Amino acid sequence: MTQPEASPAGVIHNIGYRAYDGERLPRRGVALALYSHTLRGVFGLGRAARSKVVPFGMVAVMLVPAIVLSVVSVVMAGQGMIAEPVLPYTRYAMVTQAAVAIFVAVAAPQAVSLDLRFHTLPLYLSRPLERVDYVRAKLAALATAVFLLLAAPLLVMYLGALAAGFDAGTQTVELLQALAGAVLFAAVLSGIGLVIASLTARRGFGVAAIMTVLALSYAVVTSMQALVGFEAGDMTTAGWIGLFSPMTLVDGVQVWAFGVETSSPAGPPEGVAGAAFPVVTLGVVALTYLALSARYRKVRL
Amino acid sequence: MNRTIVRLTARGMLGGRRVWLLAALALLLVGIAVLARVLVPVSDADAAALLQGVSFATFLPLFGLIVGTGAIAPEIDDGSIVHLLSKPVSRHTIVQSKLAVAVGATVVFAVLPTMLAAVVLGAGPSTVLAFGAGALAAGAVYSVAFLLLSILTRHAVIIGLLYALMWESLVGSFVPGARNLSVQQWALSVTGSIAPPGLVTANVALGLACALIVGVLVAATWYAGSRLRVLTLAAEE
Repeated sequence: MTQPEASPAGVIHNIGYRAYDGERLPRRGVALALYSHTLRGVFGLGRAARSKVVPFGMVAVMLVPAIVLSVVSVVMAGQGMIAEPVLPYTRYAMVTQAAVAIFVAVAAPQAVSLDLRFHTLPLYLSRPLERVDYVRAKLAALATAVFLLLAAPLLVMYLGALAAGFDAGTQTVELLQALAGAVLFAAVLSGIGLVIASLTARRGFGVAAIMTVLALSYAVVTSMQALVGFEAGDMTTAGWIGLFSPMTLVDGVQVWAFGVETSSPAGPPEGVAGAAFPVVTLGVVALTYLALSARYRKVRL
Repeated sequence: MNRTIVRLTARGMLGGRRVWLLAALALLLVGIAVLARVLVPVSDADAAALLQGVSFATFLPLFGLIVGTGAIAPEIDDGSIVHLLSKPVSRHTIVQSKLAVAVGATVVFAVLPTMLAAVVLGAGPSTVLAFGAGALAAGAVYSVAFLLLSILTRHAVIIGLLYALMWESLVGSFVPGARNLSVQQWALSVTGSIAPPGLVTANVALGLACALIVGVLVAATWYAGSRLRVLTLAAEE
């Protein structure tokens, strides 16, 4: 007769599953897993085929002009008509800003709204993951995705410029400037996108709200700049208006810091006053991080 | 039209803080006009350019997207549409009732603010009327198109965005033929016919634009109703 003590205490019915006795990943491991899961989800990897259509469609929309520009560079340089790329690297994000905005508007709700809707947050937070880790992982993943989206066409254009035989040193410096700009674009856009998306559990509302904020602010700012700058000839005021839209704000930082050509009707003020642009940019990034932390501190599970 | 459905849709679309968000958008449009007026002397041509760039190119499509999908997409999304569909009400009546709310919201929060912005910018009566008529045409077509789209697919918001922002602005500027299929150009054609000559240029003839506007309104409303008759509630992806 078997002894009752032979089976573990506290077990009602042992059906023979093996317990996991391997190493358990710490807090950092969970956050890393969440980061890579979000990054894959943003591009639709590991999801249904139709979830890949929009992200990769936007990647294609971003890449095709870069490829065309590279070919143009190679052909025209071969005929000795140009000695530098037709479009500066730093202007690329602004030229394709509609595609970037749509990508962010689709990606940010995908990253956070579904967790709210299907109440998966309690499952995450029952692990060693802290709430700030959740915010940081989501922010980092979305920012990485936007950066990849912006950096890929820049690299294509860079390779095209090298193939065309432009001065390699100048091209490398300009590429690095544009990549620094891309980091800022990624940080600002993903911060704003996630703050808006985290306020709604419905993906459709999130997409529409982010798009409204990004597209409307861009349209308003560029229209006002054109009106004030070109019609009334007040380029200084027109430059300051650029602070009020995420895209023109970061573009202003690029113009101020690297002295490159602006893509909006009016660039930021020169000298010390223009430093308002990087200050506001960093302020926006910090503010969105704090807002997200506050949002998830009180989130209803 | 069914008054109960109108009431419930209006509550879903405008209830709580949502009405304040829509009002804030409308206020933004008027605020821009005030700001422009304060900062610079605005000519009629400037006013027309500003209204085209902000209201027609961006505000109206986005607003139509919000109200058009907002009228029915949340109910389809969470499945509560079955309660409505199980009532002895014609599906066409359901669509028309929801559409009435969407168009009504567009008039209050988009068409009137556009006209108000035109007044603030110092435009003449015929220009104000012209932009009002154009905004009404565009708002109504966007509402019905995006309502139909949200019955057809669960990704209505994304497809609508791609149309409103990629097709109308990007494709339209490279492929002239695409402008014939641009709601914005139809609305501009209506505006241009009422406004003083030379103020607004449209790429579509007035007759064609009017025919397309009315045709899309009628056809999309009817088709939305008949698609709602055979709606299947798909599972989550």
